[in-house]
Amino acid sequence: MFDKNSKPSPKRQAQLDRYKQLVDRISPKSALGQGLFRAWWVGGFICMLGQIFLEIGRGPLGMINSAASTFASTCIVFLTALLTGLGVFDKIGQYAGAGAFVPISGFANAMVSPAMEFRREGLVLGLGGKLFTIAGPVLVWGVSASVAVGIIYALITL
Amino acid sequence: MIKLFLSLLKAFAVGGTICAFGELLVLKTKLTPARILVGYIVAGVILSAVGLYGPLAQFAEAGATIPLTGFGHALVTGVKHAVQEIGFMGVFTGGLTSTSAGITAAVFFGTLAAMCFKPRPKE
Repeated sequence: MFDKNSKPSPKRQAQLDRYKQLVDRISPKSALGQGLFRAWWVGGFICMLGQIFLEIGRGPLGMINSAASTFASTCIVFLTALLTGLGVFDKIGQYAGAGAFVPISGFANAMVSPAMEFRREGLVLGLGGKLFTIAGPVLVWGVSASVAVGIIYALITL
Repeated sequence: MIKLFLSLLKAFAVGGTICAFGELLVLKTKLTPARILVGYIVAGVILSAVGLYGPLAQFAEAGATIPLTGFGHALVTGVKHAVQEIGFMGVFTGGLTSTSAGITAAVFFGTLAAMCFKPRPKE
């Protein structure tokens, strides 16, 4: 009955064609527009959440601006680690693409996800090493670029 | 109240736009997410060095500091600040000083999450 090689009956074939037409009709016309919209609203939402934490830090918690900004990043990192652990962040990532991985949540997710997966290979090289699979390159190039900029800045100003 | 609403709106609009541009790179180029992340940090470093990112960060706050370009911006502001404070050696101390909280939080919470949760089978 479920033999893959047998051709579907004409009636079934007509049904399949109709289904394909329906899928074509209701799928979004442009994958690009849809992807951009999803990334935009989820990314914007994560940043807005950061701004809410920043305002909480600056207002009720009485932090100075730089501390409140740090507080906001830390909260987003914490929430991402939690959601990654619970398996929820993967789904957000599948939906939003760059909207989920361009904010600092992507940095946190890129650390937790491989660390979790490779934990069975040990706590030192598994968890400890894989934590930096993607965070490593990011830090290497970020820090190196900032040192290059710093040298130029020091030469100009000192 | 209106000021609060405006600050949230600005963070949403600017942060969302930065993310949408990243998605454009994903869809239009063959760049992997890891390359885009590294590209964003380096772009943030360069934009901050030429003085373009500072005004954006002042305008949008979390909308500019939460995306990874903001991480690059934090590296550069830290380096500049440290160079002013302690001279040339600030080049080496400033970057990680200003980003230490984000990195430490990611390491600590990342480790905690990896210890507490079991990986799920990928769908």
